[in-house]
Amino acid sequence: MTLFEAYPLLLVALVKTGILLFLALTAVAYLSWFERKVVGHIQSRLGPYRVGPHGLLQPLADGLKFLFKEGVEPQGADRLVYYLAPFLALSLALSGLAVIPFGPAEIEIFGVRTTLAVAEVELGLLFLFAITALGVYGVALAGWASNSKYALMGGLRSSAQMISYEISLTLSVIGVVLLAGSFNLREIVAAQQGYWFGAVPRWFLLPQLVGFLCYFTSAIAETNRAPFDLPEAETELVAGFHTEYSSFQFAMFFMAEYTAMVIASCLATLLFLGGWESPLPTTGAFAWTVYLPTVVLGGGGALLLVDALRHHRGFARGVLALLGALLGGAAWAVAQPMILPLVQGPFWFLTKVFLLLFVYVWVRGTLPRFRYDKLMAFGWKVLLPVATLNALVTALVVLLRESGGLAGVLR
Amino acid sequence: MLPAATDYYRLLPEILAAVFGTIVMLLEPFLRREHKAALSWLGMLGAAAALGAAVLVRSDAGPAFFHLIQADPFTFFLRLLIYATALLVMLAARAYLDRENLPHGEFYALVLLGSVGMGVMAAAAELVTVFIGLEISSLSTYILASYRREALRANESALKYFLLGSFATAFFLFGVALVYGATGTARLEQVAEGVASVLLLKLGLALVFIGLAFKVASAPFHVWTPDVYEGAPAPVTALLSTAPKAAAFAVLLRIAGTVLPATLLWFWVLWGSAALTMFVGNLAALVQSNVKRMLAYSSIAHAGYILVALAAGTEAAYAAALYYLAAYALMKLGAFTLVAHLAGRGERRLTLEDYAGLARREPVVAATLSLYLLSLLGLPLTAGFLGKFYVFVAGLRAELLGLVVLAAVNTLLGAYYYLRVILYMYFREPDPTYEHAAREPVPAGTGLVLAATAAGTLLLGIFPGHLMRIAELAAASFR
Amino acid sequence: MVEQFTFYFFAALAVISAVLVVTVRNAVYSAVFLITTLLATAGIFLQLRAEFLFVVQIILYVGGIMVLFVFVVMLVDLDVALRQVQFNRQKWVALLVVLAVAGQLVFALALGSEALGLPAAAPESLEPNTESVGLRLFESYMLPFEIASILLLVAMIGAVLLGKRQKPPRSEA
Repeated sequence: MTLFEAYPLLLVALVKTGILLFLALTAVAYLSWFERKVVGHIQSRLGPYRVGPHGLLQPLADGLKFLFKEGVEPQGADRLVYYLAPFLALSLALSGLAVIPFGPAEIEIFGVRTTLAVAEVELGLLFLFAITALGVYGVALAGWASNSKYALMGGLRSSAQMISYEISLTLSVIGVVLLAGSFNLREIVAAQQGYWFGAVPRWFLLPQLVGFLCYFTSAIAETNRAPFDLPEAETELVAGFHTEYSSFQFAMFFMAEYTAMVIASCLATLLFLGGWESPLPTTGAFAWTVYLPTVVLGGGGALLLVDALRHHRGFARGVLALLGALLGGAAWAVAQPMILPLVQGPFWFLTKVFLLLFVYVWVRGTLPRFRYDKLMAFGWKVLLPVATLNALVTALVVLLRESGGLAGVLR
Repeated sequence: MLPAATDYYRLLPEILAAVFGTIVMLLEPFLRREHKAALSWLGMLGAAAALGAAVLVRSDAGPAFFHLIQADPFTFFLRLLIYATALLVMLAARAYLDRENLPHGEFYALVLLGSVGMGVMAAAAELVTVFIGLEISSLSTYILASYRREALRANESALKYFLLGSFATAFFLFGVALVYGATGTARLEQVAEGVASVLLLKLGLALVFIGLAFKVASAPFHVWTPDVYEGAPAPVTALLSTAPKAAAFAVLLRIAGTVLPATLLWFWVLWGSAALTMFVGNLAALVQSNVKRMLAYSSIAHAGYILVALAAGTEAAYAAALYYLAAYALMKLGAFTLVAHLAGRGERRLTLEDYAGLARREPVVAATLSLYLLSLLGLPLTAGFLGKFYVFVAGLRAELLGLVVLAAVNTLLGAYYYLRVILYMYFREPDPTYEHAAREPVPAGTGLVLAATAAGTLLLGIFPGHLMRIAELAAASFR
Repeated sequence: MVEQFTFYFFAALAVISAVLVVTVRNAVYSAVFLITTLLATAGIFLQLRAEFLFVVQIILYVGGIMVLFVFVVMLVDLDVALRQVQFNRQKWVALLVVLAVAGQLVFALALGSEALGLPAAAPESLEPNTESVGLRLFESYMLPFEIASILLLVAMIGAVLLGKRQKPPRSEA
């Protein structure tokens, strides 16, 4: 009896975890590159440009640098907690990814049927909130253990901010849960299937626009991103809770923050943007949309090739050409009738997540930072009441709809 | 299935009290500081409305909210007691709050909301609901006990009260969990039916008893009482020693009356606790020189007398316990209100020395206080006498000779310290070097409370019939 | 087998951390161990197939209440706290009580579950129980659920009342 026969679920989960971790960490690394590029262009700069063509190898260089730097431990720091905190932050952030489904239904690879999620959790949404709720400890404990005033203040600020915004974050999705009637992420996506008037997707974005805005705002605050990045306001607190961290511990906080961003975007996609559902019907006049993944990948590959041949030489040209060729190959692969249906879900899902991540960066590049008291006032006095009201109104509408009007309610 | 209109109707007193409490809190920020005292009218209106609702609902007895609530004559009796107490406390507190410069709105709101909790406790026929009521009432009394924030003594006692009280509630909750584990239900009517494990039920009920024993301040769970009663603002002490105690006794009575094995399981526990409580309270009261503290010990002793009735476990005994609760509430309310008045600003004049020669300076006040003390002692023609009489008779009928003898001995012990105060007031010349407080007129609200409680004490002592009939009806609701 | 292993793992974790909560002198460590205890309890809930309870335990206790604890504890001056000596003299009484309770527990365990007459365990796999929890709370147990809001209101009034800055004494003019 092989190990696989003994614990099939466990083994499959392990393999999926491995793949997901690899993809997630790579994505997170390149997210930092993406952010620097976009913010650079917003500020009329070029962003990273030195390491590799278009600075494409910058994340790799950064990673190596973090690995080889000396880790400095501040005097009087609480060693155990000091080293525990970044680990806690990153591992909690990553474990949130486990319950996110990336595509519909089951697929079969090498004779193993499985789903596009590491774990299918009945209460997926609540589980994610539980994980998010734990995230604050990494920050708070890091601030405390560093034995530094700046770090402590940063840690305090951020724990106050995170628990404040967590309430409106949770409340803002109540409307979605009410409409879908489930905490299961798959069922929430399933409730968004179909189209109004044959073309407008039945996503919860429209009926829950207020909820979406509340959610996204709270999510930005919850992940301590600009314009709510008070915990690390450099003009006041040097670098906030991770002031005293260096080397790979710092990188772990960094990765945790970006992973949290990815998770928040994934969740927004699942809850409000119809998850892996296509924004256009795939039948009739829109049947061609199934080839969009091919078009996007192929177009990207072509662009890279052209760029490599026209503007680069030597090593850079090689790298770009290789990437272009890889993308072209991928474009060809996803056009195969066997793979084509499998790719649709993940393609749309990732596209939406990518768009939301872009909004994240966009917001960071354009909005000035809040003042701390305004931030708290905004969370408690604006977001929370609005989110509550949204939940109440949605509940009322659902009640009226399910019991057939006011008469049914009163009966 | 959703609750119907009758469900809400049967809970009307509590709903009204909660609504008024909330309105008081909502209005408070919009009133100017000098007008905030007017909130007392609103608070009293709330208590009066709850009283009226209790009378109104009386005719419509029955379960509500899926048998979580039982609106029966028993509930009616306790609602009367609780909301009347709340009303009188608010009436007496206004002058006190003015004198001590304490915030008004929160006080009335907390008294009202706290009495909602007590009302729920009295009405609840299910342990989880009891627990929520208990928590509401405890939490508001914790806050009320720490109302004089600048007084160190009050802070210490409030913290003590809070910590021990939370501990006791934890006992109660754990007991509820065990009862549920043993029987699969927390509804008192069903607890006796589905017993899967007698041992667990015993354990659970024991823990429930501990939790409630703390709230009624019976030995050996009384240690917090003297400190808290002494440290809390005197009107709050008046409240603490009456309404929450009555509510906790209500739960004990309902459990004893509904869950048949409880009485059997608890018999020796109740017996021992009653005896111990009486002795601890009375013996410790003997040596007190602080009148407020002495009254605190005396209220421990009185809890012991009521436990005697519980140990007897007959319907007549339960009626006697209810009667005793009412009589006791009247005299304790009056006594503590008077102590609050005499103590003067900052509650500084609380020792026996301060009472020396009071009869000469303020004859009416001294006479009223004497009436309360004589009633607490149990002299004939007062409510206290008849309370004790009914309890003792019920005890003898239930063949609890030993316990009744102990109770009688304790009554004699009590005579010493109650009479000593009277002795000081009438026959002791004040120390000439001692500087007495300037004579202060009795404020109108306080005077009204004193008049009401004094009249009640006398009336119940001379014409007990009416109240006793209500109490008997109430005790019959467990049949 | 796996079930037993996870149960004992969580149980041991909960008990050991609970002991550490009260024995460790550093308040932040205490809080961290309390978090561990709560998480281990949540794990046991999950094993009992009480998914909703599991998640709520983490969101509310670990993610909400304990954050506030840590928040406050972080501001405590640890050096002062470490120098303080416990001043009660009830160690031996406590030991006695602990021994008595332990004796009772051993006695109960020796009797076994049959002697205790415990009800049979619930069937292995329960339905997803979030919905049934919700129905219970909003139908048959609606009253305690709703009046808990009064409890919270009272607590809030109290917190504000006790926490707010003392008014300057009114002038006697």
